[in-house]
Amino acid sequence: MPDIFSTYEERLKDFDWSISANELEYREGQIINIGWYCSDRICLKGKADKIALFYEGFGGIEKKYTYNDIRLAGNTIGTFLRNLGIKNEDRVCLFMDRIPELYFSFLGILKIGAIVQPLFSAFGDESLFVRLENAQTRAIITQRKHLSKVRKILDRLPHLEFIILVDHVKTKPLGNKEVAFSLEESQPVEIMEVFPTFAESPSVLHYTSGTTGQPKGVKHVHYSIISQYLTSKWVLDLRDEDIYWCTADPGWVTGTSYGIIGPWSLGITQCVLDTGFSAHAWYRFIEKYRITMWYSAPTAIRSLMKAGNEIIKDYDLSSLRHLASVGEPLNSEAVIWSEKIFGKPFLDTFWQTETGSIMITNFPGMKVKPGSMGKPFPGIIGVVLDPKTYQPITESGKIGLIAFKPDWPSMMRSYWNNEEKYEEKFVNGWYLSGDKASIDVEGYFWFVGRDDDVINTAGHLVSPFEVESALLEHPAVGESAVTSKPDEVNMEVVKAFITLKPGFTASPDLELEIMNFIRKKLSPLAMPQDIEYMEKLPKTRSGKIMRRLLHAKEWGEDIGDISTLEND
Amino acid sequence: MEEKNLQEMKDLVLNYVINEYLEDEDETITYDTPLISSGYVDSFSMVSLLVFLENKFKIKIPPSKATPEAFDSVNNIVTLVNIFLK
Repeated sequence: MPDIFSTYEERLKDFDWSISANELEYREGQIINIGWYCSDRICLKGKADKIALFYEGFGGIEKKYTYNDIRLAGNTIGTFLRNLGIKNEDRVCLFMDRIPELYFSFLGILKIGAIVQPLFSAFGDESLFVRLENAQTRAIITQRKHLSKVRKILDRLPHLEFIILVDHVKTKPLGNKEVAFSLEESQPVEIMEVFPTFAESPSVLHYTSGTTGQPKGVKHVHYSIISQYLTSKWVLDLRDEDIYWCTADPGWVTGTSYGIIGPWSLGITQCVLDTGFSAHAWYRFIEKYRITMWYSAPTAIRSLMKAGNEIIKDYDLSSLRHLASVGEPLNSEAVIWSEKIFGKPFLDTFWQTETGSIMITNFPGMKVKPGSMGKPFPGIIGVVLDPKTYQPITESGKIGLIAFKPDWPSMMRSYWNNEEKYEEKFVNGWYLSGDKASIDVEGYFWFVGRDDDVINTAGHLVSPFEVESALLEHPAVGESAVTSKPDEVNMEVVKAFITLKPGFTASPDLELEIMNFIRKKLSPLAMPQDIEYMEKLPKTRSGKIMRRLLHAKEWGEDIGDISTLEND
Repeated sequence: MEEKNLQEMKDLVLNYVINEYLEDEDETITYDTPLISSGYVDSFSMVSLLVFLENKFKIKIPPSKATPEAFDSVNNIVTLVNIFLK
């Protein structure tokens, strides 16, 4: 029976990750390099002339690239880096908008055995600094528009040797450590020796936020492709004739696992739209490229819902065959809406930066329960644990901690330079996701929320600690506490509670000034969308800010035990 | 609204956007440049732009009217603000 008719139950039978390894023709102990698998191998399979990427950028720029084009581009960038002296396991940061050079650099860096460190280009200078410092990054590839942020922190980054500008204008002088690289003006490199990376060789370093401390660098290895390939094939249901659109930015893990590695290891044609969000622009894009598989995020889906159904009538979206979603829980209304509007539901998928690939999912063909996360991917043992005993809960409907049994191929191998935090993620032989859920009688998982204070806004994790620390650097802020507040589109957004230093007066203009201060320092995601001035923050008698109380107030929840609350 | 005041309002908003949201000093925008759909201002940053408008013009713009389309150019923004100034 053809693959496309295989059911979830059939996939579970005799499942082994060797299915993926065999399809990729990988044998244990052999060289495995994601950059090669996503370009050279596809060309060797006879698809050199197949379109790998349709790109549309700001100002109506349109480009298209074949698999041979991306192979050459990866070689050209890899050779350029190698000639600069970048060697295997050096960290090379990608700090760009979603331009073609971002995608090709990803391949080129991996092909020379170096580690890709993708960072969201909207990060402010301080967010950029802590991540580059932690990774001791040797080179950063960026655009002119982001250069000022890099220049601002350069003196504090002794390990950073090269700032590579992909759009340098020759009339402008290059600054300290800056080098220009133009893909279009470079002689394509036909043959480049790919560095012999193996299964456990590091590949990608994504940063994620926790409740406390600085962001953690999640280290992945080249063997992750085993998971990313098969989940792309089975869950995203990618087929050779598909035109695929993953709307995620490669600054985040979805944008690399399923915006580069998954589709390109399968030899799929994918599309990238590098413009801001607008419902019209998105529908037009689907219509124009006849997109068949669309992988997006609940926030985007809710934004489309908000834009109304009337505008959809202007577009032919009949090419859409399969829809999936990731990043935050997909509410049942969105599932029902998509079924009504597109004739098919968005299938929710659950996974994390640390897991590297889809872990719990609504499998194609599986009965969809709107609002449910689905079931564990074949080969993944997923449970909910009792938060006190860390034993699996067998009772259906009871809330516990989502946990997975190590190892699956794309599981993170460490937090960069933070073994202690890495160890904390494993208890009783389970990997703790930090999220809570229940499991119903049919084995479907139902998301409940985070098990910590981390804010999930539009599918991106924001550390309250990071925002609180940054707030304290504003001259007017005396104390700060950060929590989330509900938001119709983004699920939750950042809310800050602050006290002011003597001499400062609360005002709407000061609120705006503080918002912009955080936006530029950290990122637009971390910017408090609401700031509340307080005379004093609620604290325990030992002086610890009771963030829980503020969270409960915002969400209309029971404030619980306040016996430790400090009294006047 | 008088033409002079309208022009002043446009320039005020344009300068604010240039100073606050444009990262590349070489980039230039006009009153018609798409702000949201071109990615100069993302949906999160739109909130701070909204606060700026409300503070500066002493108005309250309801969330239902603060759409990406209404914020997609300086001209659109000024049109929106004028509705609530009246």
